[in-house]
Amino acid sequence: MSEQAKPEQILILEFTLKSLDFMRAGEASSEFKQRLKKLGFKPELVRRAAIAAYEAEMNVIIHARKGVMRFEIAPARLLIVVEDEGPGISDIEQAMQEGFTTASAAIRELGFGAGMGLPNIKRCADAMDIQSIPGQGTRLQIIINNE
Amino acid sequence: MNTVGVYYHSVRLDREKCKGCVNCIKKCPTEAIRVRGGKAEINEEKCIDCGECIRACPNQAKYVETDSLERLSGYRCTIALPPPSLFGHMRSCASPAQVLTALTSLGFDAVFEVAVGADVVSGEIRRLFQRGEIKGPLISSACPAVVRLIQVRFPELTGRIMPLSPPTEVAAHLARQEKMSELGLSAEDIGIFFLTPCAAKVTSVKAPVGGIPSNIDGVIGVHQIYPQLSRCVKKPDRPLLPIRASGSGMGWGISGGERLAVGIENYLTVDGIHNVISVLEELEMGHLGEIDFIEAQACTGGCVGGYLHALNSYVARVQLRKLARELEEKQMTVTEQFPRLAWLHGQLPRIRVQPRQIIHLDSDIKQAVAKMAEAEKAAKLLPGLDCGACGAPNCKALAEDIVLHKAQETDCIFVLRERIMDLSLHVYDLAKIRPPAMNQPGSEGDDAQ
Repeated sequence: MSEQAKPEQILILEFTLKSLDFMRAGEASSEFKQRLKKLGFKPELVRRAAIAAYEAEMNVIIHARKGVMRFEIAPARLLIVVEDEGPGISDIEQAMQEGFTTASAAIRELGFGAGMGLPNIKRCADAMDIQSIPGQGTRLQIIINNE
Repeated sequence: MNTVGVYYHSVRLDREKCKGCVNCIKKCPTEAIRVRGGKAEINEEKCIDCGECIRACPNQAKYVETDSLERLSGYRCTIALPPPSLFGHMRSCASPAQVLTALTSLGFDAVFEVAVGADVVSGEIRRLFQRGEIKGPLISSACPAVVRLIQVRFPELTGRIMPLSPPTEVAAHLARQEKMSELGLSAEDIGIFFLTPCAAKVTSVKAPVGGIPSNIDGVIGVHQIYPQLSRCVKKPDRPLLPIRASGSGMGWGISGGERLAVGIENYLTVDGIHNVISVLEELEMGHLGEIDFIEAQACTGGCVGGYLHALNSYVARVQLRKLARELEEKQMTVTEQFPRLAWLHGQLPRIRVQPRQIIHLDSDIKQAVAKMAEAEKAAKLLPGLDCGACGAPNCKALAEDIVLHKAQETDCIFVLRERIMDLSLHVYDLAKIRPPAMNQPGSEGDDAQ
């Protein structure tokens, strides 16, 4: 019987992100959120995961040249990995401070780049990790546990 | 029938008329419809009775179940509740007083404007905000399709629904109280009939969601009375009834009218169910922090856009707006009209809408994740054209149906065609094989020239 076969218990979604693509900005995290709701994750967890994903997605769109966003949805934990090619972050500790931003005035006028992205992600995530090489790019990993 | 089961639905299918075309499945905001056996099937759990499928159906196979006018005979006194939008849909020659009066010529003993209920609700919303008893962002509870959309698609936003009964219910309560004391009748002697522009309101009466039973006894579609009403409007046979609602109460019939009446500074107005969904998604993400009040209506243009109405909704909107402006100047306020009304002083009943939990793939999250991963694989084999010929609204939905054993891959005509081609190639290959007892082509004795 096919029922005996162990079904794959992880769902992987992948999206490519483009610099300053405001028309499609937020689509990846929106899709991620829809999937989580459909799967039956608790609203509070969906909200946290969706906000973290949105901030991470916007970071790539605002700051990087391009990037890939991967979601690994498992029943017990959600993993978001964002890898971009961009300027990188020279001082991660400074970037984690509320209000610190390197976004241009034009971007800020659009209502983005207020320096709340990374702190917001930290608030929503159970764990986060940033690896960055200035001038090359950044790899951000976010974990949200479903207890 | 749709009534069998947990949920009541006023949107019904006439199986005779349904041709199995796929127009409705693609318009449904909750993806509740599939075509099976050549007929549309509505998933009761997901359907919110918004009526988008009624609008989309080219064969008039979808309809709204309403009550018949014969039900009026079951009461000693009947009261019609006309919604504000009805006045916008009467030809410009008819004054609102003429419309009210014509309704009594139709067989109703009395009339009570829903717009008066809207005046009461506007006042209460304003008061609650001023006192800080409620905090935004709050979503209006006036459109029942939006309320049910939230229950089904945005369960975590149910707590953001304005905790007040909508104007229809408030008007029904006021109408009954007034007639009871005026005529000395008991509550059951009075039949309150709402004249509905849509299916959503029928369902809100037959299956209320806020935890309070409906005050309305029957629902008649405006389309059922238009022919007779327009005849009676032209030839009034009795003294004209006065109109009591204010202009801002009347304005509730148009998208944007509600927030004008409420007078909240930081508001957002959205109409059309798919636009409502996009706004609720923003709200869900916490992007609407500065907004206090969200006026959301499923029909484009607000209730004037209800599909049971007669005129073009944009024409009706202009007429209703003009009427509201005219009324604004001369009407008495609700407090002047009902000085002793307890409901005007903070006693309006509170509603509490609960989420409607829907199991999409599996109640066990492990199984659900496994099934969605499987559906993801299944979707990769589909063309991604979202043509609907399989009876599902899009390829993704078909993939999920396949995983849930509600459909099969070959329901997709493109997959089916490919399978047939593979099979024909295989058949062709087999046809080329000659058994050893037969002559091989080109060998001696082959009679081919």
